[in-house]
Amino acid sequence: MSIIQNIQPHLLSILESVSDPEIPVLSIMDMGVVREAIETDGIVQVKITPTYSGCPAMDVIGDDIVSAFAKAGKKAKITLVLSPAWTTDWITPRGRKALEDYGIAAPLSPEADKDALLGGKKIVKCTNCGSTETHLVSQFGSTACKALFKCDTCQEPFDYFKCLK
Amino acid sequence: MTNNSTTDQSSLPLGEMSEGQRGNLHNYILGIADNSLILGQRLGELCGHGPSLETDIAGTNISLDLFGQVRSYFQYAAQVSGDDTVTEDTLAFMRIEREYKNVLLVEQPNTDFGYTIVRQFLFDAYHLLFLRELEKSTDETLSAIAKKSIKEVSYHWRFSSDWIRRLGDGTSESHERVQEAVTDLWMYTDELFHQTEADQAMIAEGIGVDTSKLKDIYYKMISDVLEEATLEIPVGKYFHKGGKQGIHSEHMGYILSDMQYMQRTFPNMEW
Repeated sequence: MSIIQNIQPHLLSILESVSDPEIPVLSIMDMGVVREAIETDGIVQVKITPTYSGCPAMDVIGDDIVSAFAKAGKKAKITLVLSPAWTTDWITPRGRKALEDYGIAAPLSPEADKDALLGGKKIVKCTNCGSTETHLVSQFGSTACKALFKCDTCQEPFDYFKCLK
Repeated sequence: MTNNSTTDQSSLPLGEMSEGQRGNLHNYILGIADNSLILGQRLGELCGHGPSLETDIAGTNISLDLFGQVRSYFQYAAQVSGDDTVTEDTLAFMRIEREYKNVLLVEQPNTDFGYTIVRQFLFDAYHLLFLRELEKSTDETLSAIAKKSIKEVSYHWRFSSDWIRRLGDGTSESHERVQEAVTDLWMYTDELFHQTEADQAMIAEGIGVDTSKLKDIYYKMISDVLEEATLEIPVGKYFHKGGKQGIHSEHMGYILSDMQYMQRTFPNMEW
């Protein structure tokens, strides 16, 4: 895992209090979208990287960071950086667990992801009952980052967070 | 669209560029972005109208990816323009028809799912090849946008080429209809490789992609899938052009009147 982060320790707890608006259990730190946070001359410069180009959550995340810092009496400025591009590898182990607990299957390795989405292999684990007797319903799910699956054991539909690398 | 963040990849020393260079770069960026904008708008029309849940969600998801990419391009183009009144929103919503530089292919209507998916397939193949080259651009911003977009467009290509196989090698009805769309839309493929003045200037600077080198690979890439899908590769040698020069088909005015309605009716409105 190569996370190039440059975050000042005293800013961490504030950043951790901001969550992804579409996946409220996941903090933006565990999501791996914060690249840098440095306070200079009373202004916190925060660099974030978008998960998907069109992700509508990015604007909200930017606003939420600004208001979280405002509550702590600090001014923040948000900059969007595109390179290096975000990858699902940047989701922390704690983030992956939060996803699973929330009902979203965490991303597999690139090869396994391909087998699951294109090869029809039954390897994505149902977040409800743990069965791997699942099938892909749609390559595209409720948001750009997810695919829709259904469990053949418990019959529940669930989301799978697609591997992006 | 709202813009409360800024991109920090200023690559070329914009201040050192001549007016002519700036103009060419500006036009070059719009040429790339407008394809995605208009195709994204077409796909957006499917929201709630897709033939099935899967395709409905897919169409709008792809549309969202394209709009996201367009925002990055337009923000950069606005910066290059050097004009404070130009923003991503004015570029998207306030230009007149002749100022849009998209190819004719992307403005063709969602006649049926066969046409929608063939249009997507013909564009995705080009888009993917194009971005793989744009990634090598000497312009850092364009290279960064390309890197980000490739991941998304690979997924689009997987989706559309998979559907070509399913429909082509499906029932006799699906085969016939997707074949009709392939034969019909084929005449819009050649324009993808036409080069404008801005294209040539940017190629010379190492910023732009020399699309003439992609043409053979492109036709091989789509022909392989069409063959696998038991579809006939059209032999027509007559091709349409004009979009890149702003001379659009009759569909374009309708797209724009829909797309621009809110900004024209309530100027400067925001969500």
